[in-house]
Amino acid sequence: MKKNGASAPRLDPAVAARVRGDFVFRALVLVLSLVATIPLLLILVFIIVRGASSINWQFISELPKPMGEPGGGISNAIVGTLLLVIIATVVSVPLGVIAGIFLSEHGKSRLGNVARISVETLMGIPSIVLGIVAYVWIVRPMGHFSALSGGLSLAMIMLPVITLSTEETLLMIPLTLREAALALGVSYPRTILRVILPAGMSGIITGILLAVARGAGETAPLLFTSFGNPFMTVNILKPMASLPHTIFTYATSPYPEWQTLAWGAAFVLLVIVLTLNIVTKLVTSRWKIQF
Amino acid sequence: MKSERSSDSAFRTLLVLGGIAVSVLLIAIFFSLLLSSRSAIVANGYRFLTGSTWDPVIDKFQSLPFVIGTLLTSLVALVIATVLSLALAVLMGEYFRSGPFASVMRTAVELLAGIPSVVYGFIGLFFFVPAVRVLQTALGAPPYGVGIFTSALLLAFMILPYSASIGREIISLVPADLKEAALSLGATPSETIWKITLPYARSGILGGVLLSLGRALGETMAVTMVIGNSNSLTLNILGPGNTMASVIANEFSEASSNVYLGSLIEIALLLFVISTLINIAGKIVVNRMAAA
Repeated sequence: MKKNGASAPRLDPAVAARVRGDFVFRALVLVLSLVATIPLLLILVFIIVRGASSINWQFISELPKPMGEPGGGISNAIVGTLLLVIIATVVSVPLGVIAGIFLSEHGKSRLGNVARISVETLMGIPSIVLGIVAYVWIVRPMGHFSALSGGLSLAMIMLPVITLSTEETLLMIPLTLREAALALGVSYPRTILRVILPAGMSGIITGILLAVARGAGETAPLLFTSFGNPFMTVNILKPMASLPHTIFTYATSPYPEWQTLAWGAAFVLLVIVLTLNIVTKLVTSRWKIQF
Repeated sequence: MKSERSSDSAFRTLLVLGGIAVSVLLIAIFFSLLLSSRSAIVANGYRFLTGSTWDPVIDKFQSLPFVIGTLLTSLVALVIATVLSLALAVLMGEYFRSGPFASVMRTAVELLAGIPSVVYGFIGLFFFVPAVRVLQTALGAPPYGVGIFTSALLLAFMILPYSASIGREIISLVPADLKEAALSLGATPSETIWKITLPYARSGILGGVLLSLGRALGETMAVTMVIGNSNSLTLNILGPGNTMASVIANEFSEASSNVYLGSLIEIALLLFVISTLINIAGKIVVNRMAAA
């Protein structure tokens, strides 16, 4: 501006440099963001294309075949993952929701603070450590691997997710709703169970679905709890196959046929986990609490 | 009336029991690990933390190679992830706050956060290992493909979605009037981001980084699949190594003696303590930012 003169519309060189710098920075942010996301999204597409091509009814419905025989499926792993997740859900949902209600009702008390810190700490414990705990509690006394211990380790992973999302949801429900119920003479338990919980149901379900998605994809704690099993079993006291464990075993094997099976299994697992995530998103956006 | 009052107090008791149960669970986890590794803690002594020999054949269990391996992979991953996630956070929190591109990016990041770690490990084996092998050949290093750098790269992509979404939230918390003041004084948008937004959000971003570090430390499957499983102490990030989590995953089901098993549980205890401390630090920093 100081060198004002005939060329008034031209920018001062220093200002022009700053404008260029702004442009460069914007471009850099965009490029780095794309570097962070595009390769993995492409790989995801690769898995879907490759996995979808190796999927057929036989793959879903048959048992794995011994090395050298063509074909074979992962039906035992699909059933195993379903059972493990059911065990984990049955164990973690009641306790998780009750603890979540407790935190939202009495979160400021001394026990409330202790409980919240415990749950947040539980959330941060590496899953493999929780697998060891399930091993110490169930596998060692029983003397063998079992689906029950695997389910328990998954339950410990899911519990904090459910508790914290329940608490967060219930805290968003306006006080007036509760006051209205109490003023009408509704008892305290009924107020919670019939007014507060239904109002927060979508948030609680979201938390449970997210927890299930997380539990279904976990592998590390299953290595020494539910282990794996080449046969179909629904006995929860026996070792049981699961999709993540199957992927791990086949992916790290040196045989190309098994690696192909692993791509198929990865595809099935991805479909399950990502569907759960998408359903969760839909639930939150559809049933968002509005008062 | 009487039955109603008793159901009322029963309900309150149930809630309190829920609160007690989750607290007891954490304590039980800690003491189970402590008790199961007690004999190993006694047998290994303090050398467990400072020595570098892990040899089950001679019953010598020292965890330094794994602690170093864990720190190396996590820190390298953190550096890569921080740069990329800052860019993503600025993109989602400043440049594209709404609109179709914003929701595509946000969905993509959420999608990436949902991929199970064993699938990341498979991706790593299939794509990252050959890529790193090319890099190692170019640098004249032995072309293992697997190793500390490969796991760090994979880990970076795995923790990126978390730190990016925390970063986005923190950046959108920065008061608009501060940014507007800078813009009205003639600062370009990028200068506003560098000099106003990021310094203001600094502590929150640091908290996000600490929380991602907590994740990186305990990540097991993906790392186990691409780190190369070498139990010797190394600082060479292009060579194979092992982390606390991956050595447990590899050796736990094969551990034959009680001391061996106990030592692996002792590593788990150490991992529990370290990741808990990091998580608490991250929470404190993030909460301080949110409260300010």
